[in-house]
Parts: sequence; structure tokens; C-alpha cells
Amino acid sequence: MAAARLPGRNVVNDREHTSAEPTLPEVAQVWDWLHAVPDPEIPVISLTDLGIIRDVAYEEDTLIVTVTPTYSGCPATSIINLDIETALRGHGVEKLELRRQLSPAWTTDWMTQSGRDKLEAYGIAPPQPAGGPDKCPHCGSQHVEKMSQFGSTPCKAQWRCTACLEPFDYFKCI
Amino acid sequence: MANVDKEMLTQFLLRMGDNTLILGHRVSEWCGHAPVLEEDIALANTALDLIGQTQLWLGYAAEVMDDGKTADDIAFLRDAWDFRNLLLLELPNGDFGQTLMRQFLFDAYQSILLPRLMKSSDQTIAEIAEKACKEAAYHVERSAETVVGLGDGTEESHKRMQAALERLWPYVGEMFASDEVDAAMAAAGVAPDPASLREEYDALIGKVLSEATLSIPDSDFAHKGGRNGKTHTEHLGHLLTQMQWLQRAYPGATW
Repeated sequence: MAAARLPGRNVVNDREHTSAEPTLPEVAQVWDWLHAVPDPEIPVISLTDLGIIRDVAYEEDTLIVTVTPTYSGCPATSIINLDIETALRGHGVEKLELRRQLSPAWTTDWMTQSGRDKLEAYGIAPPQPAGGPDKCPHCGSQHVEKMSQFGSTPCKAQWRCTACLEPFDYFKCI
Repeated sequence: MANVDKEMLTQFLLRMGDNTLILGHRVSEWCGHAPVLEEDIALANTALDLIGQTQLWLGYAAEVMDDGKTADDIAFLRDAWDFRNLLLLELPNGDFGQTLMRQFLFDAYQSILLPRLMKSSDQTIAEIAEKACKEAAYHVERSAETVVGLGDGTEESHKRMQAALERLWPYVGEMFASDEVDAAMAAAGVAPDPASLREEYDALIGKVLSEATLSIPDSDFAHKGGRNGKTHTEHLGHLLTQMQWLQRAYPGATW
């Protein structure tokens, strides 16, 4: 049986007949790629917006991506790792290792400003140092009340606006 | 890894991981049965945090044991006598009030123990504690608020919360019953002697239970045998038949 030709790099390498080592993508380029990987549960923000990518570096020719979990029981963690691997392999990264880093523990302080803005535009109130949303993400009213400390995912709480009466998710501050 | 007897360290890690595993499983039994949607979600999320912490504790236990087992093997392939959780956590849920009372009694303990473990001489334990600490902080906030709300609530809710406290109180003492494992951990700076946490614990629960208008029973009697595995209650075996069913029926099944 004839071996099927697999698509991807091998084909490219064969075609170019190159014996030189392929150049490894720049670290900054890898960060750009990761910036395009959405959070699986809140796809409006990316993994870098969330602040869970702690480091991108090479150890010899192996790319090491260090990731910290948001919550220890967050079911998205394994999907996030899978998404990172899929994205980077799609960009041709072959030698890749994902490392889990627990300390320092993830904090919502690491969320980027653009991540916060995107959350709010999406209807999720971004985390606030005061421990609660400063305003309703729908109508902007400051009259809000907590319904439950837990929401649709471990990272969110349920709040309600007493002006427009709409319930909304608040990204908890931890 | 801290410079301490590996067998002792393993026992300590199993105690930490089995506590969160067994309580996580118990709390997950509420999924779809809570009195209101918000509480259902809250219970499921709490269970999820506890199971997540279990992966960290038992994952490290597996690393220390170094005999090829994984956290999953430890969780799903041991029998009742190998478990090292507090008896309190394997008791059936009872009503919603009793479930939240148990949660509060345990959350209060964790909220005092975990900050101490952040200073452990064992770096991995310190890191797991740092992660778990943040979750324990909002767990205790919620369970304390709910205990106050129900204790100082209606006549019926007050009666049930007082009954829950009386039912569970004899299981509190085991948290502080130190043994040779605790002595070894304390000597190596891995973990505090649990007996040393009692004063702070009593102050914390005293404040919340008094706000909840509940009376702490006047008895020091403590059921023991969970954290050393000598005498579990009959309830643990029943719990395991559910929790371990899939791995027992289909050994080695993977997701």
C-alpha cells in the first residue's frame, strides 16, 4: 500500500529539499499567535487578555509555554491547553511543551485593559478592586445588587441591575 | 520536596486530597437538586473547586509515592480503608442546611490551615496552598453568610440549622486530633500541628454561629478514625460505590 502523503511541513521540506534546520519562530511572534487564541468559555477575550500565559521561551529548540490555571477546578483548563497546542502546531511549531505554574497564583489583576473593555462590551462586568461591579454593563447604572457569588463559570458571580432589571455576569476579583 | 519521611508526607497529602475529594463528591450530589438555581450553581462550583484542589493534592501524593500511580488511580482504585478524609466529610448530605453547615465547619478549617501551608518548607505544598487559599476564602464567605441567613432566619430554618450543628459537632474535634504524621510534618516545617489551629477556629466559628443565633453544643466528644483510616463510617463505602463505579466496571477507561 502506498504511503499517503501527509499535509504540512514535511511536504514543504521535501519540496524545498532543504537540509538546513528550520528557523524557530520569534518569541514575540508566538505571543502574537497566542493573542489570537480565544478563551474557550468567554471567546470574546483571548488567553493573553486573561493573563494566564505566564511565559514563552525556548529551551534549546523546544518552545516552552507556561500557563497558570484561573481556578484549580476550572474545566476549561484542559481545553485551553489543547487550544494552545492546536494553534501553535498549526503555525508549524513542532517541539512544544506546556508547563503548569501554580505560583504566583493567577489574579484578575493580570487581565489586560483591552480584555476588561472587551468583557464589558460583551455584557460581563469586569473585575473591580472593590469586589463588585462598578456599573451595569448593559445600561451603565450604578444601582446593582449581588444575586449569587457563583455564576455560569467558576470565575463569575451573578449580579442584577436594579435600574434596568437585567441580570448580568460579573467577573469575580481574585 | 521537604526533607521528611516520604511515607509520612504521603499520608499528609492523602489527608488533604481525600478531604477535598470526598467533600467535593458529596457536594456534587446536590447538582440539579438544590432549592433554587443560584444555590445549585454555587454548590456545583464549590464541588468543582474542591475536585480541582484534589487533583493538585493527589497529583503531588502520586509524585511523592513514585510508584507509577496517578491522581486518578489514587481517587478511583483505593478501597474505603485507604481513605484519609475527615469523617465529617463522608457523612450523607442531609438537608440543604446540614450540607451548608458541614461546608462552613470545613471551610472555616481550610481558611485557617491553608494560609499556614503557604509558608510550608515544601515548595509544592506552599504553591498548592496559595492556589487553594483564594478559593477557600470565598467558600467560607458564602457558607458563613448562608449559615447566618438560615440560622437567624425563620423558625423552621433556625430549628434545622441547630439540629445540623448538633448532628455535626461531634465530628469537628477530629480536625484537631494530632498524631505522629502531624508531629513529623510540624517538625519538618511542612504543616502546622492541627491542634494549634483550634483557638483561631473556635473564635471564627464562635463569631459566625453566634451571629446565626445558634448554640454550640457543650461537649468535646469527637468521633475519630477518618484521617488515620482506622474506622470510617459505613457511609464512605456507599459513596465509593458511586464515585468509583466507572473505573470499577470499566477498568482503565479514559475520557
